[in-house]
Amino acid sequence: MARIAGVDLPRNKRIEISLTYIYGVGRVTALKICQKASIEAGSRTEHLSESEVIKLREIIERDYKVEGDLRREVNQNIKMLMDIGCYRGLRHRRGLPVRGQRTHTNARTRKGPAKTIAGKKLAPKK
Amino acid sequence: MARSLRKGPFIEPSLQKKVDKLTTGGGKGVIKTWSRRSMITPDFVGLTFHVHNGKLFMPVFVTENMVGHRLGEFAPTRKFTGHASAKKVKR
Repeated sequence: MARIAGVDLPRNKRIEISLTYIYGVGRVTALKICQKASIEAGSRTEHLSESEVIKLREIIERDYKVEGDLRREVNQNIKMLMDIGCYRGLRHRRGLPVRGQRTHTNARTRKGPAKTIAGKKLAPKK
Repeated sequence: MARSLRKGPFIEPSLQKKVDKLTTGGGKGVIKTWSRRSMITPDFVGLTFHVHNGKLFMPVFVTENMVGHRLGEFAPTRKFTGHASAKKVKR
């Protein structure tokens, strides 16, 4: 049972993968953490000893911003963009893509599910 | 992000001159500018710029958070007034 930063790690996966279940830890960071804790990246999470888990927890708490703190920071940055009224902030406000992508088609991730517009002419069938 | 650090931030020299003049004089006033590409530096803070958006000059009051952005980011160039109503489209 390894619980780090408020997240339960899956027990039957390699530790380098398990660590990525923490928000803010990806593959690269996970490998770095393993290296710092001198734990074999390929070892299974359930086989870690208690001291190894504590070591991991210490390293993550000391060196990385994860989970709630990180989420808050990201949200703050977005809010700052909206407050100063710059272009990126305006795009966030309207829920449109921020980095210059096209919106004529696609952009569904930002815009959400397509809303059908009543009375719009359909493309002629051939 | 994209620009090499070695070069430093870009500010239109003519704009920088105007800013210097205004800050050393201590006077208030607005700076009218077309230079949307100029980076906002710390000495711009507290000044008001009128930034051209292609048609009008948009007033931009510079605050501390805006440092590092460009003037153009605060003067939108497009005006979206909404889509035509469904009835109009039919006709």
